[in-house]
Amino acid sequence: MEFVFQNILNALQWGSFYALIALGYTLVYGVLLLINFAHGDIFMVGAYIAYFVATLLLGTMGLGPTATLVLAVPLTMILTSCVGVTLERVAYRPLRRKGAHRLYVVITALMCGLMLENGNLALLGASRKYFPELMEKTVYTFAGLSVTNLKVVVIITAFVAFAVLHFIVTRTKIGMAMRGISWDKFAIPLMGIPVDSIIVFTFVLGSGMAGLAGLLFAMAYPVLEPYMGALIGWKAFIAAVVGGIGDIRGAFLGGFLLAFLEIGVAAVFPSTLRDLIAFTVLLLIMWRKPTGIFGVAKHQKI
Amino acid sequence: MQRYALNASLLVLALIIIGLSQAGAIDLYVQSVIMFMAINVIMSSSLNLVNGNMGEFSCGHGGFMCVGAYVGSLISMLLFTNSKLFGAALLPPATAIFLFPVVLLGAGIVAALAGIIVAVPSFKTRGDYLAIITLAVNYIVISAIQNLDVIGGPRGLTGMRPAISAMGDVINLPWMMIWVLIGCFGSVFLIRRYISSTYGKGVNAVCQDEIAAEIMSVDTNRIKLVTFMVSSGLAGVAGALYAHVVGYLNPGSFDILKSTEAMVMVYLGGMGSLSGSVISAVVFTLLLEALRPLQIYKWVIVPLILILLMQFRPEGIMGNKELSDLFPRLRKYFTFK
Repeated sequence: MEFVFQNILNALQWGSFYALIALGYTLVYGVLLLINFAHGDIFMVGAYIAYFVATLLLGTMGLGPTATLVLAVPLTMILTSCVGVTLERVAYRPLRRKGAHRLYVVITALMCGLMLENGNLALLGASRKYFPELMEKTVYTFAGLSVTNLKVVVIITAFVAFAVLHFIVTRTKIGMAMRGISWDKFAIPLMGIPVDSIIVFTFVLGSGMAGLAGLLFAMAYPVLEPYMGALIGWKAFIAAVVGGIGDIRGAFLGGFLLAFLEIGVAAVFPSTLRDLIAFTVLLLIMWRKPTGIFGVAKHQKI
Repeated sequence: MQRYALNASLLVLALIIIGLSQAGAIDLYVQSVIMFMAINVIMSSSLNLVNGNMGEFSCGHGGFMCVGAYVGSLISMLLFTNSKLFGAALLPPATAIFLFPVVLLGAGIVAALAGIIVAVPSFKTRGDYLAIITLAVNYIVISAIQNLDVIGGPRGLTGMRPAISAMGDVINLPWMMIWVLIGCFGSVFLIRRYISSTYGKGVNAVCQDEIAAEIMSVDTNRIKLVTFMVSSGLAGVAGALYAHVVGYLNPGSFDILKSTEAMVMVYLGGMGSLSGSVISAVVFTLLLEALRPLQIYKWVIVPLILILLMQFRPEGIMGNKELSDLFPRLRKYFTFK
């Protein structure tokens, strides 16, 4: 029983990372119908930004760990958002203006991701960066369960971030504009809504989430390397689609679903089978529900 | 006479390449670049069938290449070489000269069967959901092979090269180059015939408007099934050739990056343009080789070049046209469609 609960906690933590990254994919997809394949690498950049911010604040400014953490969260999110918005302005927007085929934009996104990865490798070298400890590690034990405070923080942060995002998308004017664009991108500009600013805001939100995920990930697994975002990004994307892409509830759920599958498989079977079984289950879900769990099949007018 | 001009010139080109390799006029490095170029041509033109002509978005092509590479290697080890895995060779190694096509065919057929896994969900869904399914299939294939300890698992597989050297013992020719060129020209020929057949018309109809195609009595499910199978089967052939060129297989080398390379070649050439995907495969391979001295900066420069190309020519090199549309005089010599 303890073993089960321990694994559930691990899956919740792992799912928080997936969910935060999947949210970014889904936001951008919902508004632009663009699979932003660079998003996993934006997460990686976020982790590196968090590393530099933390070492700067700790080392040169001489702040305490707690103050650093409090400052690092907004700073990381803002700086990572800048990276996302830069990508949008430099790479995606000109293509959108030209009316290029959607898939060419996707390829551009893939290339941007590769550039971020390898540019990072070329600039910073292949040596791994070790993230400084920002939280005193305390272990709570209830009835044989051991939980680190970091795990609790990660899980709570993911849920809070989701709640905030859900509030923004469903209850605010700008969220309404976002939903409007994903509904009908031709009618929305006629209503006097600045489409480009809404898209920039979407990228800000998505990349901010990725930056937050990067910071939390660096705190939980304090070794950073340039390719850390690639695999987790692809998997989060798959999770987002299984949940039903374009729907933030789906992305959140899909992230946790994938994490529970992976941790569950690793707990029962040999861990080499993790990807195989997890992806097979996801494939079966996609066969049964081709548009994902929350996805709505688009009606096609003839 | 004019009708056969292009085929004849290709044959002459192939013979020149083989002759130069035989005479030792081009060194092994250049030979290997040419072979990889030919394999990339198969990869990009076969993916173009699904991504360009049918308008789907398959991003798991590396998985089928992996299936083909492993199946081809296993067949060739079973038939022609004394390996630890299968024991003694079933046939005298000298027969490899005549029976090597069996290896390629076997690899192609098994990879085509693997393509059914993707084709069946494509009956119900399109676009990005299908993209995910292909992506997941790519992961599943790699993960399955990594878990098969019999064929090396994550350590990889070696031992298919002796089949090639056995051919060289019989008649001393650059056999690998010959097979790769045969595979490349054969695949492009097959794809061209496929696109210009009634099936190909159906593929284009599915791309334009699936519902309308269905109403006009195109059997869309059958078209999709066959197209996916042809595409993945040819990827399997490319994989079998790759395995015999390299001589060492590792499941990790067929991951998403491999699929990404194939996708890049398709979109660089222009969607739905066969000559575009051939040209872009050649250009892309040359580009990668030319930038090799830059080491780590190579993978910064290559994406940058591609991004810039997309900015200034968002429709790729050819942009959904064939060579004959750009140079109408070529039509005298060759029918592209």
